Amino acid sequence: MSLKTPLGRVLGLGAAPGGSHHWWVQRLSAVALVPLTLWFVVALLALPDLGYATVHGWLAAPGHALPVALLVLSATYHAELGVAVVIEDYVSREAGRTATLVLARLAHVAVGAAALFAVLKVALGSAA
Amino acid sequence: MATRPRPLSPHLQVYRPMYTMVLSMTHRLTGLALALGLWLLAAWLWALAEGPAAYGRIHGLLASPLGLLLGGAFALAYWYHFCNGLRHLQWDTGRGLEKASARRSGTIVVIATLALTALTLAALAHAGGRP
Repeated sequence: MSLKTPLGRVLGLGAAPGGSHHWWVQRLSAVALVPLTLWFVVALLALPDLGYATVHGWLAAPGHALPVALLVLSATYHAELGVAVVIEDYVSREAGRTATLVLARLAHVAVGAAALFAVLKVALGSAA
Repeated sequence: MATRPRPLSPHLQVYRPMYTMVLSMTHRLTGLALALGLWLLAAWLWALAEGPAAYGRIHGLLASPLGLLLGGAFALAYWYHFCNGLRHLQWDTGRGLEKASARRSGTIVVIATLALTALTLAALAHAGGRP
């Protein structure tokens, strides 16, 4: 038997349950994405062309690869957090909800890892 | 204690569609679209890591009429989610939640989204649209 009061047992627990950490990191990743995505879009559009040599040379520079890596990480994290909320809202059966959440989490880890690996390969590989 | 299943939110069908509500739903929809767009970004970066041939293939796809349409849609989704996201961050500080100011900021978001999307597409057409 728990010695916690009934109120103490439910404080901080919504229907999810939990959530304040999720809420906070969703905002943190959003704040990080404001400068990162703005810089990425402006930098890409400022390139003379979007051909292989130009883009590869641009991403190979450490000062460009690091923010792109950070962008990929925070965008994947932010997307996973957001998609999870939508799943929690609309998949009402618990077994299906858990399965979909697991699938979404694994898919986002995969896509984030692939994008990060690609950035690192361009940045750390020998000049082609 | 009640043991029946707790109600899940949101029950959209019981509300009359409102301007601010449509904007809120659009935030979710654009977020989902951008989460899918992440796969395109990863594929693009992956092709860049693989080499000129793979990059040429994905660049050709993106520069095709269908690819440009897709790019335009992603630009629209990105700028909407970006602008409305800033609106959400302002709300998180407890400001701008009154009906009048929420409606006003919603209008600003729509105008800013359209302007920034047009600017992005113009810049793309001007400089980087061709390989």
